[in-house]
Formats: sequence, structure tokens, C-alpha cells
Amino acid sequence: MIPKGTWVQIRSILLRPEERTGNLPEETKKVPLEMWIKGTLLDASELGEKVRIRTVTGREVTGTLCAVEPAFRHDYGAYVPEIQKITQIVKATLGEEQP
Amino acid sequence: MNRDLSVTGVLSRKNAIMRTSVGIDYSQYETGTIGFDYERLMRDTGYDLSAIRAIQSAYGVGNTPLKELRHLTALARKVAAPGKGARIFIKDEALNDSGSFKARRASISCYHAKKMGFPGVITATSGNYGAAVASQTAKHGLPCIVVQECYDSRGIGQPEIIEKARACEAYGAEVVQLSVGPELFYHFLTLLEETGYFNASLYTPFGVQGIETLGAELIEDCLKQTGRLPDRVVVTNAGGGNLTGTARGIRQTTNQRIEIVGASVNLKGLHMASDKDFNRKSFTTGHTGFGMPFMTNPDRSDVPRSAARPLRYIDRYVTVNQGEVFFITQALTVLEGIERGPAGNVSLAAGFALAQEMDQDQILIVQETEYTGAGKHHQAQLAFARENGIDIRFGDPVEEVPGISIVLPESVGKIRTVDLDLEAIRRSAIKNAVKDHRRIQASDVTYLMEETNSSREFVTRVLRDLSVEWEE
Repeated sequence: MIPKGTWVQIRSILLRPEERTGNLPEETKKVPLEMWIKGTLLDASELGEKVRIRTVTGREVTGTLCAVEPAFRHDYGAYVPEIQKITQIVKATLGEEQP
Repeated sequence: MNRDLSVTGVLSRKNAIMRTSVGIDYSQYETGTIGFDYERLMRDTGYDLSAIRAIQSAYGVGNTPLKELRHLTALARKVAAPGKGARIFIKDEALNDSGSFKARRASISCYHAKKMGFPGVITATSGNYGAAVASQTAKHGLPCIVVQECYDSRGIGQPEIIEKARACEAYGAEVVQLSVGPELFYHFLTLLEETGYFNASLYTPFGVQGIETLGAELIEDCLKQTGRLPDRVVVTNAGGGNLTGTARGIRQTTNQRIEIVGASVNLKGLHMASDKDFNRKSFTTGHTGFGMPFMTNPDRSDVPRSAARPLRYIDRYVTVNQGEVFFITQALTVLEGIERGPAGNVSLAAGFALAQEMDQDQILIVQETEYTGAGKHHQAQLAFARENGIDIRFGDPVEEVPGISIVLPESVGKIRTVDLDLEAIRRSAIKNAVKDHRRIQASDVTYLMEETNSSREFVTRVLRDLSVEWEE
């Protein structure tokens, strides 16, 4: 059981595929418009349950509990050898010797 | 109160919601059949250049350094024709609080929201502007909500946008993240209605006037450092606010004509509302997917009349490819010792090529940089592209196919701009402005001349081609 007051993330569907509007390509039309939002859990719940949260601006929002204490894990990605090659190209063009 | 929260219900209240959340009754500026009084809309904010400078200086914005890029200039001269290769300068806008020129736009919007007594600020943006609004609201002690288009239907987020979400949260904002689709605007309207917050749209007069100081500063900095005016200023173009504000600021500071060049990353063929294409592009802004539609139809923005009207000011519009921007970002890092985000370097890639057309005693200014970090770094973006199946290789960048390949220039001389047809863009803008009207008034013709920065002959020729009549 995830305790009340835990910092969590919820996910909800704002528009089902049949409710979507506007000039959309096929691949977008067939998926729902979804929303992710974070806040503190208002009632003890389990992952996957429909829950209420309080956001940092004080709004109460409902959705499916999808992450507990969500973290940012974005990074600089895998090694990209081309970046070193760019360095070599620009230095060689300037006539600089590479050690 | 039971409001109709269906898409049609919410959209039917759009004008009223906008009027309340921006505090501007746009209908009072309408003129003729299709026109509106743009200059009066801008004037009526009550903020002139000196007032804007004072606000920005009090809130950590502006007075960024103009830096001469001596090594990139030398590199350009290595591949330019003899005697060619203008001095390249860059306005290091990454040094604004929150890390980009967007702080200039946010500073006036948030100051105004506070002054008008709004209980908070909302903005719909996946870019640096979110962090800028979050940073400025933190300074004013106002609550802030940032609405982002962030994930595809697999729940995979663009690394650059995830980083922006992190920054917004760090500044204390609530971040509402949506999957791909223009209906974001519908949810944005429901949030404006629910909270009563100020709509810090990028397209209000406040959002554009904040950039006028950037145009003014680059003229003043250039005069101070070199004793002369720049010959050409290159501006990254997406929604058009950056170009509009910079050009307006330049015009308020000098009577001399300075060439204004807009630059966008070429993302031809990618659909901006496509769930599939969303994570196949390496630039979330500064690209033609925004640049073209907003230039030919500025009022497609989230306010009734956009204050960003780039066609009034642009002298030339060029594109560069993704591979060229990544290349120049690494060149800036390793030759000048300045590590900045790739999205802010669109104008640098273009400027590097454009400097080679100019004489060595001329001056070209690239007017922005942006902060870099996890997610919004050329290393992160290239790695993410490769994970998503994009073919990354060296070659001639003209071979790049957006969404399929990223072609890094195999030699420095392969960095080139492609000119877009401004006359065709002007025609298209007139067609969009006229809409279904078959007859317009005399004042509308003048309005279209101003809108497209073109002659009466040109405007009336296009009107004739469209079978639209006008009063003489």
C-alpha cells in the first residue's frame, strides 16, 4: 500500500480516440489524448488504481496511479563517435595539429 | 457551476476565456474587414523600451554579453572565397536566468500578471519558455502551471522536453504533460477557466515586447565593441516572436537598415501532430513545422491576434538541416569553449554559412544561445535519434531526410543554407488573411502591405489572382 502523502505521478485519458478532433494523421487519431501529472497522494492506494492527488498549485486531480516518487532519469545518452569526428574535421580545417 | 467540458463546449467559450486570461479585448483593435491596428495593440500595453529594460534588469534578465567568435570566423574564412567571411558575433542569451532569451518574454508577462492581480500564471509550451515562466513566477511568488506536449503514445518522452519539465519543477511549477496532439489547446483552455490564472502566451504583446531589448542591446553592444553597426542579424524562427521582437528593438535603436535573416531547421515531411513522427525529430522548436505555418498565418496562435508577425520584418528566410546544427554546436564547444544547447544554435549554423557570402570587414550577429544539459545536448539528441532508428552519418547535408536520417557535413564547406521563397510566403499570407472574403476595404489593402512588408502593386496583384475586390 502506498501511503497517503506520497509524491506520485498519475496518468489519465483526456480524450478517447473517437472524441479526438482536428486535422490529425491516422496514427494520432487511433490513440487517446493522455495526460501525466504529479502531486501528493490524497488516499493510501496501490499502483494502477484510480486515485486523487493534490498538485503543487493546490489543484485536486484524479487519474490512474502510474509512478511512485517519480524521478528524472534523462541523461546524455549512449556514446556518439561522430562528435569526436566533428572535432577532428574542424581542427584539421583550421590546420591545427592533432596530438 | 456546471460547465460544458466537452471539446466543442470549451472551444465555444474560447474568446471569453482568452479575454479574461490575457486581459486584452482584442475586438477593439479590429479594422476594416480583415485588418487590425497592430501598433496600437503593442502601444496599449503601456510598456516602452525603457520600462521593459527596468523590469528585466530587476528580474535577472538581459544585458547578456555579445561575444566575438574568432575561431568560428577563422573556420568560415578557410572555406569561403578569398576576402569573404564576415566577423561572427553571438549574443550569449543562455546567461539569462533560466537559460535562454525566453526569459525576456516571460519577464514582462509575469510582471504584468502580478501587477494585474492574477492569482497565478499558465503557459502552454514544451520549450525553454516553460522554464522561463517558471523562473519568473518563482521571483514574483506566483503559482505556475506549464502544459507540455511531451510523450508519444508509448509514453516515451522527448529528452529535451523531459529536461524542461525537470527545470520547471525545480522552479516550483506544476507540469501537466500531454501526449501528441493539437487538442492540448482544449485542455489548456479548461485549465485557464478552472484556475483564473494569467495566460502567459508567447503571442501576446507582452511576450513579444520583452524581446525588443535584445534587438536594442545587440546594436548597442556591437557599436561599443566594434565602432560600427552589424550588417546582418540572424534569428532562429519558429512562432515568429523572436524575429519580430528583435527586429522591433533594432528599429527603435537605429535608423540604419540592418538585414534580418530568419533561420529554421528543415523538418519537411514530418507532421507536427503525428504520434509517430514526434520522437523522430531532434528539434522540438526552431523548425519549419512551426516557422512556415506561423509566418503565413500568424493568427493561428493561442490568442485572437498574435503580436508575433515576422513577415513584417524578415528580409530573408533560410533553412539548415539537423546535421548542420549538431555539427556547429560541437564546433562552438570545441573551438570557442562555449557549450550550449543545439536548438539555440540553429541561427549559428545559418550564420556560419551566411557569413561566407559577406566581406571580411562586415559583421554578422547570431542573436541567441540557450543552456545545455542532460536531454538538451547534441550528444543526448544524437543518441536518442539513433535509438529511434534514425540513420546518422557524414555526407552532404542536402541528402538529409527528416525523420529518416541526420547527415552531418563531411567537410566544413558543406554547411550551407537553403533560401525559402519569401514571395510565395507573402502570397500565402495574403490568401490566409483574406480568408473567404470576396471584397475588402481600402484600409485592408494598407494592412496587407504592412503585414507582408510589400508594395501596393504586389498586394493588389495577389488580390486580383485570388478574385478578391477592394475599395480604392
